[in-house]
Parts: sequence; structure tokens; C-alpha cells
Amino acid sequence: MLDSFDALSLARFQFAFTVAFHIIFPAFSIGLASFLAVTEALYLKTRNPVYQKMWRYWVKIFAVVFGMGVVSGLVMSYQFGTNWSVFSDKAGPVIGPLMGYEVLTAFFLEAGFLGVMLFGMNKVGERLHFFATIMVAIGTAISAFWILSVNSWMQTPAGWALNSDGQFIAKDWFAVIFNPSFPYRLMHMVVAAYLTTAMMIGAVGAWHLLRDSSSAVARKMFSMAMWMALIVAPIQAFIGDMHGLNTLEHQPAKVAAMEGHFKTEPGAPLYLFGWPNMETAEVDYSIAIPNGASLILTHSLDGEFAGLDQFPREQWPNVPLVFWSFRIMVAMGLLMILLGVISAWKRWRGRLYQSRFLHRFALLMAPSGFIAVISGWVVTEAGRQPWTIYGLLKTHESASPIAAEGVAGSLLAFIVVYFFVFGAGVFYIIRKMRQHPDDVHVPDYAVHKGIASEFLMNEE
Amino acid sequence: MDYALIWAALIAIAVFAYVALDGFDLGIAILFPAFPEEKHRDVMMNAVAPVWDGNETWLVLGGGGLLAVFPLAYSVLLPALYMPVIVMLLGLIFRGVAFEYRFKTRRAKFVWDVSFIVGSWAAAMSQGIMLGAILQGISVTGRQYSGGWFDWLTPFTIFCGLAVVVGYVLLGASWLIMKTHGEIQQRSYRYARIAAVILVLAIAAVSIYLPVVDETIAKRWFTFPASALFWSLPTLLAIVAVGLLRSLRKSQQGRPYLWSLGLFFIAFLGFSVSIFPYLVPHAITIWDAAAPENSLKFLLVGAAFLIPIIFAYTGYTYWVFRGKIDESSGYHD
Ligand code: HDD
Ligand code: HEM
Ligand code: HEM
Repeated sequence: MLDSFDALSLARFQFAFTVAFHIIFPAFSIGLASFLAVTEALYLKTRNPVYQKMWRYWVKIFAVVFGMGVVSGLVMSYQFGTNWSVFSDKAGPVIGPLMGYEVLTAFFLEAGFLGVMLFGMNKVGERLHFFATIMVAIGTAISAFWILSVNSWMQTPAGWALNSDGQFIAKDWFAVIFNPSFPYRLMHMVVAAYLTTAMMIGAVGAWHLLRDSSSAVARKMFSMAMWMALIVAPIQAFIGDMHGLNTLEHQPAKVAAMEGHFKTEPGAPLYLFGWPNMETAEVDYSIAIPNGASLILTHSLDGEFAGLDQFPREQWPNVPLVFWSFRIMVAMGLLMILLGVISAWKRWRGRLYQSRFLHRFALLMAPSGFIAVISGWVVTEAGRQPWTIYGLLKTHESASPIAAEGVAGSLLAFIVVYFFVFGAGVFYIIRKMRQHPDDVHVPDYAVHKGIASEFLMNEE
Repeated sequence: MDYALIWAALIAIAVFAYVALDGFDLGIAILFPAFPEEKHRDVMMNAVAPVWDGNETWLVLGGGGLLAVFPLAYSVLLPALYMPVIVMLLGLIFRGVAFEYRFKTRRAKFVWDVSFIVGSWAAAMSQGIMLGAILQGISVTGRQYSGGWFDWLTPFTIFCGLAVVVGYVLLGASWLIMKTHGEIQQRSYRYARIAAVILVLAIAAVSIYLPVVDETIAKRWFTFPASALFWSLPTLLAIVAVGLLRSLRKSQQGRPYLWSLGLFFIAFLGFSVSIFPYLVPHAITIWDAAAPENSLKFLLVGAAFLIPIIFAYTGYTYWVFRGKIDESSGYHD
């Protein structure tokens, strides 16, 4: 991916590194926020203490994940200016207001009610507290809405014009926001966040069930997560398929790279494995299903779609990277579907909480959502190269006038700090997850006005 | 209507809200070394834990807003201030995670205390340096930054950095006066007094220095109508300084924070008048930098409607967590 260590490659690598770190946390916090809202609703409705314990258990993990999401996100919003200043100058009038709306409608909402959600139970009472939890969950979803609109506009620009300064301006805001790839990307990403969270909750439940299969709270978590896998993972595959068809329409070179499809021909094979060779324009060592790709993408056995030979060589993305990232993501999706199906079978046989095989499988799947999310984004982002704004602004025309040493220095600082800080966070989260969920301490919430009464407790 | 001007005012409000709110968070962390006892540190941290995230969001609005409505200024200022911006972001990472991590460990608590202190120092110092760097001017060619890598580093910018650190200490100490009692409060009175005196001297020094070295700023200050403001600012500064010191001596609880904000407001006013109508002094005015009118209008519709709502629920959060913090109130376990 990096041809040489010039300022541009370093800036690209820095963006990829910081955003890939960032997305790990939103993927988890979007899902957890909704999960917490559902759990709290179930508790308020049933008064079953299992839900209350589950809420207390996961809210502490949520607090850490959310904190890491906020600080890594702050970096993203300034990085457009530090490293991509030409892009910011040109695209700012279009994408800036969308990100402005993200701040005004989502970030303030999340941050404003987060305090009440985490610290306010003994101050505002159950109903208002539930309201705060819902506001935080809605905030995360609104945030996904705007930022994915921005990203989708860069993938499939619509509703724009150029002004005399060479800046993009919006001709039609509705067309900008609801650009052609946005509905697919939004659905696919929000569902990805839910699945990522379900895989984590399922794995934590499974881990505790392997130790103590009678734990009421672990059973509840595990059961909820397996329902998600069963129902939502197939939906995700379906959305992904539609997303791919949309991409075929608007970014055919990306789909050609995803499929390793160098030559335009009817009845294109579906490569399961292989190494796309950009020199010879062949897929080496391939295992393929004849006519498979044509069937999936054109819904006919001998349909034809554009291969990379339709595009000038310098407009090819990095084919092996896109090809392999795509396969990793789809493999994760298929494994999630498999997990859901096995869990349904075991549930039907009454062995959901006893099957050690199922629990081990669910445990192994813990990181699958994160892996799928990051590889999915690599498909999307690497597949659109060499463009920052697809078809309109090249990546090498977007960067800041900053010397390579400067970018290298900040990149190094980010790498060191991120591994140290977020490594520590992951360590604390994993330690938290090892706590037996039935042992969660639920304080006696009495509503006090004024001085708080919850006791300060160290967790170690 | 002059939308660019309205937006300049709104961005200024966002920046001031950021300074007023995150200033006390950062200031409390900068004061940590003066409070080595763990129980005091727990209380100090709990005095800001429920609100710091919302406070920091004003910074996101400042940056995001600048990109949206003054993209040219955003794309010149951020490369020019590359290093202080990166240091600020890294500092804010260390201080932000400290809130969550510190209560998760006993063994490594000191690590997150240090990360809280150093992160806040770094953030405050870089913000002051950026302020100084903007005041001293930034070289621009065409639509791009054309200066060097270390242009932002001069004795003047370092001075501004230290002044902002002292200013945040003042905000932090007066916030503690309002939110705590007993020993923390007593000591905070002393620190607030020291910080107030230094800050007033620093503001005075900058206001004398700037017109001396910068002709444009001098011209602006000495022609009407700014000149009227110029001659009244020292008086205002004196009034606020006396008010602040008196309220500290009389051991008032909430007033010192408000008076401290007054000091910040005067400094902020001076800054704004000095650079107006430029966003990048001598190079890019508000109107040069403004995005096309339809972008300004599109976001303004939402901002006009949403900012009051944001103020309302932010105010509600502060109201929920009103009152004094003591050792038994605290962190979710
Ligand atoms: C699909 C979702 C998604 C994606 C693709 C991104 N983010 Fe994000 N971001 C969120 C979803 C999110 C969130 C769920 O709203 C976060 C994550 C965790 C959190 O605390 O809020 C957040 C936090 C967050 C914050 C901190 C907000 C605060 O102070 O409360 C900023 C400034 C950004 N993000 C900015 C960005 C930028 C500039 C991105 C693109 C390069 C980006 N995010 C990608
Ligand atoms: C199993 C079937 C799946 C299919 C067919 C599929 C299809 C796709 C396609 C075609 C893209 C590229 C879109 C583009 O840029 O043009 C994509 C991107 C992406 N995928 Fe998948 N996907 C699947 C499963 C998953 C799973 C299980 C996850 C996560 C849990 C996931 C997360 C993502 C993400 C985060 C992106 C990038 C954002 C976007 O462009 O939507 N995908 N997917
Ligand atoms: C959150 C998940 C995301 C991931 C994992 C991701 C990943 C990447 C990767 C891997 C690259 C480098 C591509 C290359 O140079 O080969 C990149 C570039 C970039 N992405 Fe994303 N991205 C994400 C979201 C976004 C969003 C939401 C935006 C815009 C709002 C965005 C804007 C950009 C820009 C401006 C670049 C640099 C220019 C370029 O290389 O095209 N990305 N991203």
C-alpha cells in the first residue's frame, strides 16, 4: 500500500491507523448503548433483578468504551485539517455542515446525558434515568447517520457544484445527504455495530457459562446474543449483498477488485481463494465457482460486468488488499450465521446453556465483529483509491503542505500513545468481564436531592 | 444579512464556552500536584467527572464549525499549528481516559494521576501557544499555509501558553471553591489568589506588548471606535480584578468563579478586537474564509434551533449535579 515513505503515504497511513482504532469503539458503543436501553426497559417492565445486574455489569464496560471513543474521535475531527487541508478547503462547504450537524444533534446529546446515565441514578429517579439512557443511545445512532452520510458522499458524490475558488458547494442538500450509497452504508454499519456487540456479549456469557452454567445473568446475556446472531446475521448478509449491487452501479472498479475480476467477460467465476496478481492481471492459485460472480452480481449465469481492464491502470485500487479484506469480512459474516443456526438447534434441543461446544465457539467469535468491521472499511476505503472524492478529487491532491518528518513524528506519537492508552483500556475491560455477573453489586438507590450518597469504590 | 459575521460570533461563543467550561476541568488537573492526598484527588475528580465530556464537545464544535463555515481558515490554521494541535489532542486523550481508568485500579492509580496532570498541562499549554501563534501572525500564500515547521514557537507564544495554564488554574481553583468545602476549599482560595494576580499581570503585559510590536493591531486599537474600548478595558480589568480578589478574601463560594470568567471574557474581547476582521491575521478575513452562503445558511438554521436546546439540557445536567461534592459522593463503582 505504501509505495514510499513520502508525506502523502504517511498521512494516509496515519488516517487509516487512527480511524481504524476509532471505529472499534463506536462499533461497540453504538451496540452497547442500545443494549443498555433495552435492558433497562426490560427491568422497568418486569422488575426482574437479572436485568438490573446485567445493566450494572455492562454499563461499566460501556463507560470505558465510550471514553475511548470520545478521545479517539476528537483526533479524527482535527485530522481533516492537519493532514488533509486541501481536501478540507475544497470539500469543507459540503461535508463540514454535515459534521457540524453531527456535533449539534449527536455529540452534545450523548455527552449531555452520559453524566446522568453513569452517575445520576440516585439523583433523578428511574424514569428520568431511563430517559437519559435512551438519549445516549439515540445520540450514538444520530452520530452514525451524519458521519456515514459524509463518508458516503465522498464515495458517491451527488447534489454538488463547483464555485470559482474550486470548492465543492451543495446544490441540493437533500441529494448530498441522501446520496446513492448512503442508505446501504448506514444500514450495513449500524447492523454491524449491533452484531459486533452481540458477539462480545455472547462471548462473555459463554465464558461464564463454561465456568458456571447455572449463572442466571450469564444465561440471559448468552440467550439474547444468540437470538441476535440467528436473526440479524442473515439480515446483514442480505444488506451486504444489496450494498454490493449498489457499489457495482456507482464504483464498478471497486467491485472488480473485490471479485479479482480483471477481464470483462460473460459468465465470470466467483473466486473463493487466490492471489490477484496486478502484474499479470490474473488470479494466481485460484479456487473458483464457475459463473458464480455473474450469478451474484447480475443474477444471471452468463451476465457480464466490468472488469479492471475497463479502467486505466493508474485508477486501479490495491487489488489483493481489497480482495482479501472482502473475503475476511464475508467469512466473519458466514461464521456468525453458522453460530446463530447452531444456537437455534441447541436451544430447540434444550441444551443452550449446557453445550460446551457452542460456548467455546461463541467465545472464539468474540473479536469477529471487530475484524469484520475493520476489513469492511478497508474494502470500502482502499477500494475507492486513488480517489478521496470518488471520480472528482484524487488522494494525492488532498493532502496538507506538511513535510514528511512532521507527519512521521505525529504518526509515531499516535502509534505509541494509542497502544499504551487503549491497550490499558482493553486490559481493564477484560478484567471487568472476568467478574462473575451474578456478583454485581446493586446499590440501594434512594433518590436524594443535593448531595450524592453513592459510595466511592475502587474496583480492584 | 451578513451570515459570515453571525458565524464568526457563533464560533467565538463556542470557543468561549469551551474555555469557560473545559478550563476548570483542565485547571483542576493542573492543581493535582498541590493536592497529594488521595482522598482529595478523588473528590476533585468527582467534581468534574459527570460533565467533562460535554465540556470537551465545545471544542469539537469549534473545530467542526470552523471546517463547515470557514473551511479556508481551518485548512490554513491547522497545518500552521500542526504540532501544538497534535500535542493538544494527545494531551486530551491522556486526561480523558484518566477519568475512567483511575477508579479501575489501585496499583496503577498513580499512572493515571500522572496522565491526568500531564495531559491537562499539555492541552492547556498548547491552547495558549496556538492563541499566541495566531496573534503573532501566520504566513499564507494563495490558499495554503506557507510558513515553517516551528513558526509557532517563539518566546511570545510560550508566554501565552503559560498564561493560559495560570488562567485555567484560576478557573479550576474557583470551581473547587464552589464545589467543595473543608481543606480543599481553603487551599483553593490561596491558589486562586496567586493565579489571579499572575493572570492580571499577564493580560496587562500582552496588551502592552502587542500594539508595540504589531502596527496593524496598534492602528486598530488607537482609532475610534476600538479606541474607546481600548481605554476602558484597563479600567474594566481593574474592576474585575478587584472584585475577584475581594470575593476571595470574603470567602464567597460561587462568585469567584464568575469573576474569573469575567477576567477571561476581557482577555477574549481583547483578542477578538485585535484580530478582527481577520481569522488569520493580516491574511484571511472572515469574509475571505467564509463558505458559500448556502452552507452558512444550511447550518445556521439548525444551530439557531439546536444551540438553545443544548444550553437547556447542559444546564439541566449541571443542575442535577449541583451542590457540594464530598468524600462519600462519588464514582460509579
Ligand atoms: C458509524 C459510526 C461512526 C463512524 C464511522 C465514526 N464515528 Fe466518531 N463517533 C461515533 C460514531 C462514528 C459515536 C458512536 O458517536 C462515538 C463513538 C463512541 C463515542 O463515544 O461516540 C464517536 C465519537 C466521536 C467524537 C467525540 C465526540 C464527543 O466529544 O462526544 C468525534 C469528534 C468523532 N467521533 C469524529 C469522527 C470523525 C471525524 C470520523 C470520521 C473520520 C468518525 N468520527 C467516524
Ligand atoms: C456476509 C455477508 C456480507 C456481505 C455480502 C457484505 C458486503 C459488503 C460490501 C459489498 C461492502 C463494501 C461496500 C462499498 O464500499 O462499496 C461492505 C462494507 C462493509 N462491511 Fe460488509 N458484508 C457482509 C458482512 C459483514 C459483517 C458481518 C460486518 C460486521 C459485523 C460487516 C461490516 C462492514 C463494514 C463496517 C463495511 C464498511 C462500511 C460500508 O461501506 O458499509 N459486513 N460489506
Ligand atoms: C470508521 C471506519 C473507517 C475506516 C476503518 C476507514 C479506513 C480508511 C483507510 C484504510 C484509509 C486509507 C486508504 C488508503 O489510503 O488506501 C482511509 C482513508 C481515508 N478515509 Fe476512511 N475509514 C473510515 C471512515 C471514514 C469516514 C467516516 C470518513 C469521512 C468522513 C473517512 C475519510 C477518509 C479520508 C479523508 C481518507 C484519506 C484520503 C484517502 O486515502 O482516500 N473515512 N480510511
